[in-house]
Amino acid sequence: MAKIIGGVATTHVPSIGKAIADKKYNDPYWQPFFGGFDYVHYWLAREKPDVAVVFYNDHGLNFFLDKLPTFAVGAASEYRNEDEGWGIPVSRSIAGDPALSWHIINSLVADEFDITMCQDMLIDHAVTIPMTLMWPGEKWPVKIVPISINTVQHPLPSMKRCLKLGRSVGRALQSYPQDLRVMVVGTGGLSHQLDGKRAGFVNKEFDSLCMDALVGDPDTLTLYSIHDVVEEAGAQGVEFLNWMAMRGALTGTVTEVHRNYHIPISNTAAATVVYQNGEGAERRAA
Amino acid sequence: MRPPVRRKQPRRNDAISALTVGNAMNQDIPGTTMFDGDQAQKGLALNRMCFSFNSAENRAAFLKDEEGYCRKFALTDAQRAAVSSRNVLQMIEAGGNVYYLAKLAGIFGLNVQDIGAQQTGTTVDEFKAKLAAAGR
Repeated sequence: MAKIIGGVATTHVPSIGKAIADKKYNDPYWQPFFGGFDYVHYWLAREKPDVAVVFYNDHGLNFFLDKLPTFAVGAASEYRNEDEGWGIPVSRSIAGDPALSWHIINSLVADEFDITMCQDMLIDHAVTIPMTLMWPGEKWPVKIVPISINTVQHPLPSMKRCLKLGRSVGRALQSYPQDLRVMVVGTGGLSHQLDGKRAGFVNKEFDSLCMDALVGDPDTLTLYSIHDVVEEAGAQGVEFLNWMAMRGALTGTVTEVHRNYHIPISNTAAATVVYQNGEGAERRAA
Repeated sequence: MRPPVRRKQPRRNDAISALTVGNAMNQDIPGTTMFDGDQAQKGLALNRMCFSFNSAENRAAFLKDEEGYCRKFALTDAQRAAVSSRNVLQMIEAGGNVYYLAKLAGIFGLNVQDIGAQQTGTTVDEFKAKLAAAGR
């Protein structure tokens, strides 16, 4: 049977892609962020996942506003990145796992999630940057199942709905007969706002509150409306929905084994967490 | 009237449960425009043009003949004026979504910090300093 080993959530700011291309790992501006990945690399080397289910939001590469699914599940054997028009380097492709994708799709629809199924799906920086942060400069050791959540055009799915989506994906993974080590990934956030006179808004206290609650009691966060999240985390801070879904997919006893938080990376409060799913994990000091 | 969200939360569940759920469609957050159905309808032509800038060929075509390129995408007068003046707040007012506007800004070599400074009426250094201060 498939085993859900844990999850990683991380910021996916486009300028990280440029910083990686320029190898700015030890640059004073970037080190506080990149340094937070030493533990992630250790954890991944120890846990050896076979597949990553990645919850992310597309920023206008695969989906335009003319046809925008609330939830879309990739079912391709390969996912390509392309020019996003933001001047970030185009990433190499990532292999998919269509059999697992269709298992998740079948399970989600049976569970009353009316998702969009995508046999062709371009992945943008919200997938490729976290993947590169987790596995820098090598071939991807995992296949992926990308799951896109609309965080762009309101109305957005609620915090509660995204947690439920994650839980449904978690149940699908638990029922998958193949012996796979599966990790889940949530990308984006934390607090930031790019548009309007409030551009540059970040909220350290709210981010802390969200990360604290997410580990052991994510349901309390579902009391925040989308309006609340925009107000407290900024217009693009709603990417936290991807974190909610990631957390939902961890069906066992969840322990935060790593947290790194740094303001600013570009306009964003950057955060990285690692969650262990199951028994026996140790709490690591933040 | 929705009770305000308490910013300094104790790490207790009942503090969060005390919050009530607001109306996601309100436009009452200062300096913030919810990109909702109204904005999406208003901005479709502008955002469609910006979506086309995923292609290097289209970016070059825009630079070569901006007027003709905008005409091809049937921008409204307000959108055309906003693009012409490179004014991001006006583009948002005309229905632009920031993820798409960033593709247009990229043509002029501007990133989200440059447009953040423009929208807040500060220099880029001031804008960056404000963010750095928020982290301390």
